[in-house]
Amino acid sequence: MKKKTLNKVWIYLLLIAGAVFFIIPFFWMFSTSLKSYDDVFAFPPVWWPSEVLWSNYAELLTELPFLRYTLNTVFVTGMTLLGFMLSSSIVAFGFSYFRIPGKKILFRILLVTLMIPPQVTMIPQFVLFNRLGWVGTFLPLIVPTFFGGAFSIFLLKQFFDTVPREYSDAAKLDGANEWRIFLKVYLPLSKPALATSALFIFIWTWTDFLNPLIYLNDDRMYTLSIGLQQLSTSRTTAWPQLMGGSVLMTLPIIVLFFLAQKTFIQGIQVGGIKS
Amino acid sequence: MGLLFLSPWLIGLVVFTAYPIIASLYFSFTYYSGLSSPRWAGLDNYVQLFRDSLFWKSIYNTLYLAIIGIPLAQILSILVALLLNTKVKFLAIFRTLYFLPSIVPAVATALLWKWFLNPQFGPVNLLLERIGLPTPGWLTDPLWSKPALIFTSIWGVGGAMVIYLAGLQNIPSELYEAAELDGAGRIAAFTKITLPMLSPVILFNVVMGIINSFQSFTSVFIMTAGGPENSTLVYALSIYRNGFQFYKMGYASAMAWILLVMTSVAIFFVFKFFGKYGYFGGADKS
Repeated sequence: MKKKTLNKVWIYLLLIAGAVFFIIPFFWMFSTSLKSYDDVFAFPPVWWPSEVLWSNYAELLTELPFLRYTLNTVFVTGMTLLGFMLSSSIVAFGFSYFRIPGKKILFRILLVTLMIPPQVTMIPQFVLFNRLGWVGTFLPLIVPTFFGGAFSIFLLKQFFDTVPREYSDAAKLDGANEWRIFLKVYLPLSKPALATSALFIFIWTWTDFLNPLIYLNDDRMYTLSIGLQQLSTSRTTAWPQLMGGSVLMTLPIIVLFFLAQKTFIQGIQVGGIKS
Repeated sequence: MGLLFLSPWLIGLVVFTAYPIIASLYFSFTYYSGLSSPRWAGLDNYVQLFRDSLFWKSIYNTLYLAIIGIPLAQILSILVALLLNTKVKFLAIFRTLYFLPSIVPAVATALLWKWFLNPQFGPVNLLLERIGLPTPGWLTDPLWSKPALIFTSIWGVGGAMVIYLAGLQNIPSELYEAAELDGAGRIAAFTKITLPMLSPVILFNVVMGIINSFQSFTSVFIMTAGGPENSTLVYALSIYRNGFQFYKMGYASAMAWILLVMTSVAIFFVFKFFGKYGYFGGADKS
């Protein structure tokens, strides 16, 4: 019995030590965002500012175009969510509900596309969008999302497969066509999977760096990722603002995590276990 | 009728995936700036690549980060998952703390760690100095820049940890009870039950690790821009530079295709390895 409690003590000690390692960087990010330049470049470094400057955040929003970046990011993320959710749920329903010749092979192709490095398609896509005159607009970030996302289709299809056939058969007897079955039977039953899918799309788009880097070239259209990166190259020592911007960019995700913790954890675990 | 529902994806597959893959293969055999039309180059891009010392350097750097980073991330996340799977109190709190860093935006993570590892004004070297350890230059030192990137990626290991935790919770406890009855020790239970039962999950995480690590771009772009002395010039960064900064899009396409082949080969061998040593006989029909 005694040995067991000793074991438990070790486990907790290890877990706490690990947790500290994971938390300290967050703390450093936040404390830096409130520091004056004197505190930032103090030697030895100080953990907490001698004078707490909330005005750093005010500066981000008024003197620097952070509000603009945020609105741009919200717009792109919103449109991406709309595009991916709309198209992916329709396609996933197609994969799950219908008998289509070659469906298995198509679904396998879908899974393979998940593994293709974006670098392989990046250059021809750029050339294509450039020819359309879309470079420098939000269109290259938004339009492709209306053609479905492989991960969302996969996730939703797996969930749609668990919807009992009897439900759609009953709806069919009542005279419902495929669209009605999709809208009135499948979608309402699949709220958890839809939520998981939306959550992941939100995070990917909110944090995406490579695509905005390639396609956005006007300061007024930058998303938070690019805005922050540009700030870090134009004002290399503006650490309070850079950390403040990082806090602002991270905050919505953390809030979302606490609101939808279950959806989050289950989504990640389902993705990992089922495939 | 069913095809109508699939059509958005089918069109997207052709326009945004299949055509670009074939086009980039074609570009890889051309001189192409992206502005004027491509000129046939035969194998020239590939020949040049094999003579390009930066190409080999970027492969070396990428493999270094993958070969050290991926196993390290798996070991650490399995370890934390094992600790969390011992019926500890506050499980949800610990899980949250370990998981949160993995959802911080890559740009924020990169800036944070660049500042966190600052040799002069960051807390890491402050702590190292206090306990009498050497204080390396981290991202400013070619010897330490890659380990610094690995530390940064370890901070985001929570996603894999959560998946391992679910995998552990899926192992039927009867197996352990039976092993205990047979007099098996803890180490035997781990190597004979836990690891084999966990192998499909390990496979998934390793494959994801390979994909992510071969494509890793954002952290390096922001933290070091490939420096110092090209010690962090990773493959994806090199592609971006050639394509979008030097406008050598044919050259960059050749690199992209080599990346596709490298990724496929690596994943193929990982599957082979797990097929030989892993356990995939469970009742789980997926």
